[in-house]
Amino acid sequence: MKFKTIIAGLLAASVLAGNALAADVTLLNVSYDPTRELYQDYNAAFAKYWKTKAGDNVTINQSHGGSGKQARAVIDGLDADVVTLALAYDIDAISDKALIPADWQKRLPHNASPYTSTIVFLVRKGNPKGIKDWNDLVKPDVAIVTPNPKTSGGARWNYLAAWAYALEQPGGNEAKAKEFVGQVFRNVKVLDSGARGSTTTFVERGIGDVLLAWENEAYLSLKELGDKFEIVTPSLSILAEPPVSVVDKTVDKRGTRKVAQAYLEYLYSPEGQEIAARNFYRPQDAKVAAKYAKQFAKVRLVTIDKSFGGWRNAQKVHFSDGGVFDQIYIPSGKK
Amino acid sequence: MASFKNFSPLPGFRLSLGYTLFYLTLIVLIPLSAVVTNTVGMGWEAFWSAVTEPRVVATYKLTFGASLLAAAVNVVFGLIFAWVLVRYRFPGKGLVDALVDLPFALPTAVAGIALATIYAPNGPIGSLLAPWGIEIAYNPNGVLIALIFIGLPFVVRTVQPVLADLEKDVEEAAAGLGASRWQTFLKIILPHVTPALLTGFAMAFARAVGEYGSVIFIAGNMPMVSEITPLMIITKLEQYDYRGATAIASVMLLISFILLLVINGLQGWMQGRYTKGA
Amino acid sequence: MSASIALQPGALARYETPSTSEPAWIKVTLITVALTFFVIFLLFPLGTVFVQALSKGWGVYLSALTSHDALAAIKLTLITAAIAVPLNVVFGVSAAWAIAKFEFPGKRFLITLIDLPFSISPVVSGLIYVLIFGAQGWFGPWLAEHDIKILFAVPGIVLATIFVTFPFVARELIPLMEAQGAEEEEAAVVLGASGWQVFWHTTLPNIKWGLLYGVILCNARAMGEFGAVSVVSGHIRGLTNTMPLHVEILYNEYNYAAAFAVASLLALLAIVTLGLKTLVERQTRKQISESQKPSES
Repeated sequence: MKFKTIIAGLLAASVLAGNALAADVTLLNVSYDPTRELYQDYNAAFAKYWKTKAGDNVTINQSHGGSGKQARAVIDGLDADVVTLALAYDIDAISDKALIPADWQKRLPHNASPYTSTIVFLVRKGNPKGIKDWNDLVKPDVAIVTPNPKTSGGARWNYLAAWAYALEQPGGNEAKAKEFVGQVFRNVKVLDSGARGSTTTFVERGIGDVLLAWENEAYLSLKELGDKFEIVTPSLSILAEPPVSVVDKTVDKRGTRKVAQAYLEYLYSPEGQEIAARNFYRPQDAKVAAKYAKQFAKVRLVTIDKSFGGWRNAQKVHFSDGGVFDQIYIPSGKK
Repeated sequence: MASFKNFSPLPGFRLSLGYTLFYLTLIVLIPLSAVVTNTVGMGWEAFWSAVTEPRVVATYKLTFGASLLAAAVNVVFGLIFAWVLVRYRFPGKGLVDALVDLPFALPTAVAGIALATIYAPNGPIGSLLAPWGIEIAYNPNGVLIALIFIGLPFVVRTVQPVLADLEKDVEEAAAGLGASRWQTFLKIILPHVTPALLTGFAMAFARAVGEYGSVIFIAGNMPMVSEITPLMIITKLEQYDYRGATAIASVMLLISFILLLVINGLQGWMQGRYTKGA
Repeated sequence: MSASIALQPGALARYETPSTSEPAWIKVTLITVALTFFVIFLLFPLGTVFVQALSKGWGVYLSALTSHDALAAIKLTLITAAIAVPLNVVFGVSAAWAIAKFEFPGKRFLITLIDLPFSISPVVSGLIYVLIFGAQGWFGPWLAEHDIKILFAVPGIVLATIFVTFPFVARELIPLMEAQGAEEEEAAVVLGASGWQVFWHTTLPNIKWGLLYGVILCNARAMGEFGAVSVVSGHIRGLTNTMPLHVEILYNEYNYAAAFAVASLLALLAIVTLGLKTLVERQTRKQISESQKPSES
């Protein structure tokens, strides 16, 4: 019920949104599923910060959903001032429609990703199936829950992490990786369309032995739903960079560029980084990272740019219709 | 419109028909034409490959298979319900009669989360079935359960009045001629309610084919296994594939239209049957 | 279970003759089957909603319903229904008047078109508005230029709701008014009544229960629509979330008790709808039997 405080002015704000009252600004942050709690905290902090800095009352409205769905809504005309999505490809899709300049990822530090995360396993208490690493996922009796890589940003990171693991094994190559990831997906029991749906399926409905999840989402499940679960960090995972951007077309139309820009920049400040870390995102800021070092397991991380040649390439090769994911998934479903 | 010969002395024909056509065009026809024109614009080949993709074909199989099965289950249980409600008296009958329409009135999202909670392996019914290895939620069975739920009122409500109108003396005559109760049912009652049963079946089927809200919560949504066609449209949209989404939507639109023509034909048949008999 | 009571001879007086009724065991079986099906498929889901809603106690329940987001969702749902239902009532009455009181070619086809939204998947209903009003759609660029928001705002939600509830009132009134015929109205016109007078004083009293029935069903669907609205809403908390969408959001936030609390409001709405519906049906039956009395005597 924390969000009450943030939302307090919302009704009033919706009425006032049309009137250009100088001291009241609203921003719409269109984000993906697992950031709900992060932005609840962050929006309150930013509103306080902006009040003291600029003297304006800023109200931030939130929309959450699967990353692809949210990007589509923005493309179709949802007036987002800022987008904070799961992966660069979805913001690229918005930029393809000329709502955001193509070099958006260079406008903020760290590839426009103020925080990072990675992919871990959430297993049931005591880890009854003894899942330690990616190669345990292909054992015949393991039931996996992950969202659908075609629609969920997080699931694409899951898929690519598994791929990277297979590549990095001794004698690993593309063909073996394809075989391995295919085996992983043959063990998938439920393929929800979004990360939140998968977590609900695993945690609340008791389906599956292991959930492939965002690290932050896994920690949040532990925090919210008690100690019926354990987190297993694999030997290798992928550095997930959820990027952020101002939507230029909207902020120029609404005259909110200054505050929208500040909203994203404040994410990089020590306060913003603290909030991210408290919500189990890995901070970029070295000091904050050091403070929260204990919270995050040390794990070898590969990057999308080095291992997959960037998001556009990964998307085309793996997740486009008829791409590698379709090739390895479809035969398994036909059994 | 002036050419329509109208012998009715009543006023308001032009106004009411004009407004009807205007509103129909504005709300239904223009929006639907967006699907049609967008589909035509993509060209035959692109259309065909979009609607015959294996994963899409799998959704047709599930959607139509489960809808047919659900409608068939509803025909059997709907007939039993209508029969019990018309012919017998039992405590709680009023409640049953009123709540049969619950699936009409209950928002589909609410039905979806309620069904998912009940039939999940750790839910009250799911946990009873789990020891026998029966899984309902998160596979095609879940789709079937949701579709049975939303389709039930259609058969009950079309059969009930017909059954109530069935003249008692016809049955008595049959019995008087030496027919057994079972023969009377097969030869007299069943043929009498068949048009109503078929209409109810078609309506339940039409509703089931398009259903979305209640199904997605319980289906598990596995590609090739438990994805329904409406979800496929959403999935295509989320992949920025507007053409694919529109193509599949136009297929569903065509099917809805055909089903409606069938239903209206059946209803015409029903009207003919039941007014002749009376 | 309770079915055994049904076998008391008094209760079955009308169907006592063995040749026109079934053996007792068949009755018991049929009633048991029906009741079991009823409990599993209808009562259980309904009960689950309330049990889950109150699983964390009344405090959580009430605070879930009075949170600002929930109130905003309730408000939006009410606004949407308040716009969509009257518009469809006007249309329904007008369509029923044209179709039931006059003869013209293409009538059956017109009825099929009116029925169309009923059998179209809600998802398609939402998609069509994206194709028209989306930034990449037909009118998108023009709307953006003039700063008119339809999609991802209240107008889009209202439009999608009007679409899915379009046939409800018309479908209720057309058969009713066809069955009533046009004699009464024609007589009134011959006696010199104007069109509106005929409508207010002759037609409306005859169709009022059917109309109410249509309104109730239309309203229930308008408030409960999920699929179509989900496509055209931007899911902005407190702004463009209707109650069914708010249920989904809470459900996705591990806030199950709160999700079911809002769902229970919708379920209550469904129960009230069914209660009203039963009442109206009773009134209709009364009206019909009253209107038949003089002709029979």
